[in-house]
Order: sequence, then structure tokens, then C-alpha cells
Amino acid sequence: MIETLLNLELTPFILSFKLAAITTLILFCISLPLAWYLSQTHSKSKPFLEAITALPIVLPPSVIGFYILYALSYNSPVGAFFKETLGVDLVFNFTGLVIASCFYSLPFMIQPLQSGFESLSKSMLEASYISGKSKYETVFKVALPNIKPALLTAIIVTFAHTIGEFGVVLMVGGSIPGETKVASVAIYEMVEIMDYSSAHIYSGLMVLLSFFTLLAVYTFNHKQKFSGFIK
Amino acid sequence: MIKINLKNSIIDINLEIESTSFVALSGKSGSGKTTLLRVLAGLEDSVGELHVESHVWQDSSTCMSVQKREIGFVFQDYALFENMSVLQNLLFVAKDLELAEHLLHVTEMSELKDRLPRTLSGGQKQRVAICRAMMKRPKILLLDEPLSALDSQMRSNLQNEILSLHKEFGTTTIMVSHDPSEIYRLCNRVVLLEDGKIINDGSPKDILLKTKGSQKFSFEGELLEIKKVDVIFIAIIAIGQQLVEIVLSSDEAESLHVGDKVNVSTKAFSPTISKN
Repeated sequence: MIETLLNLELTPFILSFKLAAITTLILFCISLPLAWYLSQTHSKSKPFLEAITALPIVLPPSVIGFYILYALSYNSPVGAFFKETLGVDLVFNFTGLVIASCFYSLPFMIQPLQSGFESLSKSMLEASYISGKSKYETVFKVALPNIKPALLTAIIVTFAHTIGEFGVVLMVGGSIPGETKVASVAIYEMVEIMDYSSAHIYSGLMVLLSFFTLLAVYTFNHKQKFSGFIK
Repeated sequence: MIKINLKNSIIDINLEIESTSFVALSGKSGSGKTTLLRVLAGLEDSVGELHVESHVWQDSSTCMSVQKREIGFVFQDYALFENMSVLQNLLFVAKDLELAEHLLHVTEMSELKDRLPRTLSGGQKQRVAICRAMMKRPKILLLDEPLSALDSQMRSNLQNEILSLHKEFGTTTIMVSHDPSEIYRLCNRVVLLEDGKIINDGSPKDILLKTKGSQKFSFEGELLEIKKVDVIFIAIIAIGQQLVEIVLSSDEAESLHVGDKVNVSTKAFSPTISKN
């Protein structure tokens, strides 16, 4: 057992965390303006946009994986463009994984942010405009600081969801060691070759990490409710 | 002078207001009072013209953004920035520490300047909101039923503070209010709205005093209960915050029902002298 622990290959874990960190960062930048727009708009396109952004929750990962694989491969205009113009391959490598993860985890970033923004008092935002502040300043200085629990939930859940993804990653990235073989794929392969002791360690680590991440989120959100002074 | 000629789907208002006056907007709910304030602030769309002193805030070709209008707005629900302390709420509007401390001093809030809004009482929150609105040194101060959620003692303290700030800063103040005593104390003009249009406009005395010059005392109230005591009937009537008992004849008791809006009046006893 100890020997297995010492010989443990950590690359899949590092790869998982790297993928989750990059995906979370990209999704935060994309989702922030989109969630703000969705929370403030009365446009008829809102339900349409909401339905599209929520699709990855409902669709089987294999369906998302299949479409992304198809869209990024050389047979599609997108894949061909990247290959011919920029010389970048988008499938069966880390870049492809990041793109796929961004689609897969999008709703987990947008939805908490949007409902956070929607829960803010309309008059508080208007008070900021009346104070002479632009929308940009209002978002960063008034809206975001007042939805800290939702913000933290969005970031952590997106991160955790990306760590936990399996189907999409397997379809778009395959299982190339050091490149696309993330923790969840590695566990799958261990079980397949009946290396149960490694699978136990990997799975146990995943459970512990996930539990403490969620515990940290809930502890923070609980504390937020009961603090009164700024100093 | 502020010239308002604005129209949208809810209101159609044509009004001129002297600078530095204190105007009350009154009327039933849904009459467009709040909409008028929001249109003046630029928070809602409208067509028409708005001139404030020599500046054009809105006409057919231009519409100044909310951010640029020199207004202070006090919301009914305070609308404080919950993530900032009392002092930070004020400094967010303008980095003028001297003014902020002066305002907090005038409203007796200096000791609470490091507190977060959620730890304050309703009256304290509304004080902060009023101070925050003054931080811009606004030309127009818009108050949307600022005191309606507060008890009567707190109301009267805040009325004094609003009046003294209004005078000190020389703002033109427009306040939505339903409370006749509040309007009478603070305002020098009342504009009555109905269905988005002005139906009455004049001094508080002309509009609020219903029994001007007559020798009658008259109060509007609501009949809460009629009880029979021996051979007489006694009605319990709520007049404002007060409950009164009034003796009724049996005919009167039959014609009145609990929940009726009633008028309670008495003629003044005026002694007359005649020669025997």
C-alpha cells in the first residue's frame, strides 16, 4: 500500500487542476458580462439565451463531446481554420480539452452569477448610477462585492465540475499521458486494467479534495451572513 | 427655475418649479408620483423637455445620462451599498471627507460611521441615505416616500434634518408623501397627481385644509366597532393614530357599518349674547 502511494503518478491530478484553473478563469471572464446582461435585460431574447447556456446541464456529455469533436476537427470549417491559418490543432490535445471544458462547465458559472445579480436590490444599483458611477464601476464596486457567496459558489462549483468531468474529456482529448489524461480518465483506466489499489487511492483523494473544497465554500457563506463590522 | 414637460406611457406632466422650493407630490398609489421622480432622475425613458436653471437636461435631441444629472435620490427602501460602511457609502459618491463628516455630524451619525448598513435601524439607514444623496451637492433632491417606514418620533426628527439640509444646500427638493402633517411642515407647494396628470397644485394650506374658515372641526376616520351599552350605541372610530368613542342614536347605528369611512365633525360653541 505504502509502496503504491510512493509510486503514485501525480501527473493526471496536476493536469486536472491545471485544466480546471484555466477553464474557471476563462469562464469567469466570459460569464461575467453575460450573466450581468441576462440579469438586467428585459429583451425577448433572454429565454433563448438562457436555454442555450443551460443546455450542457441536460445533454449527455457524449453528445457535447461528439459535437465539439466534430466542430474542432479538420473536417469542420472551425477546425480547418485553426489548423490552416494559425497552425493549431484543437483535438486530442490540451487546448481542445480547455475549449470542451468551457462549454461543458458554462452553466455552472453563469447560473450562480446571474441569480446573484438578480437578487440585488434594483434601487441599490440605481443609487450607484445616480452617484455618477458607470455600469462598469457599478458591477465591480457594488454588484460583485454584494454577491460574494454567489461569486464563490460559481467559481468553486465550476472548478469542481471541471475536475469531475469525464465523458467530454474522454471524447475530445482521449487519454494521452501528460497531455489529456486527467484524473477521472486515469481512474477509469485503472479500473479497466484491474489496478484496484491505485484506483482506490485516486478515488479517495478525489472524494477528500471535493469534500474540503465544498466545506470551505459553505463555511465562508455561513460566516458572511453573520459579520457586521468592516474593520 | 425647473421646467418640466415630460410624457411617457404612465405620466404626462407639465410643471414649473421655482429653484430652492420644497414641493410635495401627493396622490393615490399608481398615480405616477414615483414614475415622475424616476423620469426626472433619468432612470426611466420619457419624451419631452427638462430644463434645470440654464441647463438642458432633456429635449428632442439630447438626453443627459443618469450619471451626469445633478440629483440626489432617496429611495423608500434606503438602497444603501451593503458592502460598504456608512462613511464609505458617502465617499463612494464623492471623495470629500470634510463634507461627509459634516453631513454625518448634522444627522448625528458620526459615531456609527464604521458600521455596515445591515447593523443599523431603519431611521439610521434613512439618515445615511439622505447624507449620501447630499454628497453630490445636488441641484435637485428627489425623495420617494423617505419616511413612510419609520415611527412618528423618528419621522419628526428626520423631517427637521431634511429641512435643514434643504436650506443649507439650497437644493430644490421634490418629495413624495402621503402624510399631511409632514407636507405642511416641510413643503411650500403641493402637487396632486391622478392617473399621471396634475389635478391640483397650490400651497399646502389651500390643498390640505379642508375646513378653511368654517367654524367646524372635521376629521376623517374609519368606523371600527359599534357596541350597544344599555339604551345607547357607542361607535369606536379610528382618526389617524387615535381611537375615539362617539355616542350614536339608534337610527345612526343602523345606517352605519363597520369599516365605513366616516366624517366626525362638531360645530364650535360660539357664545351669542341677546338682551332680555
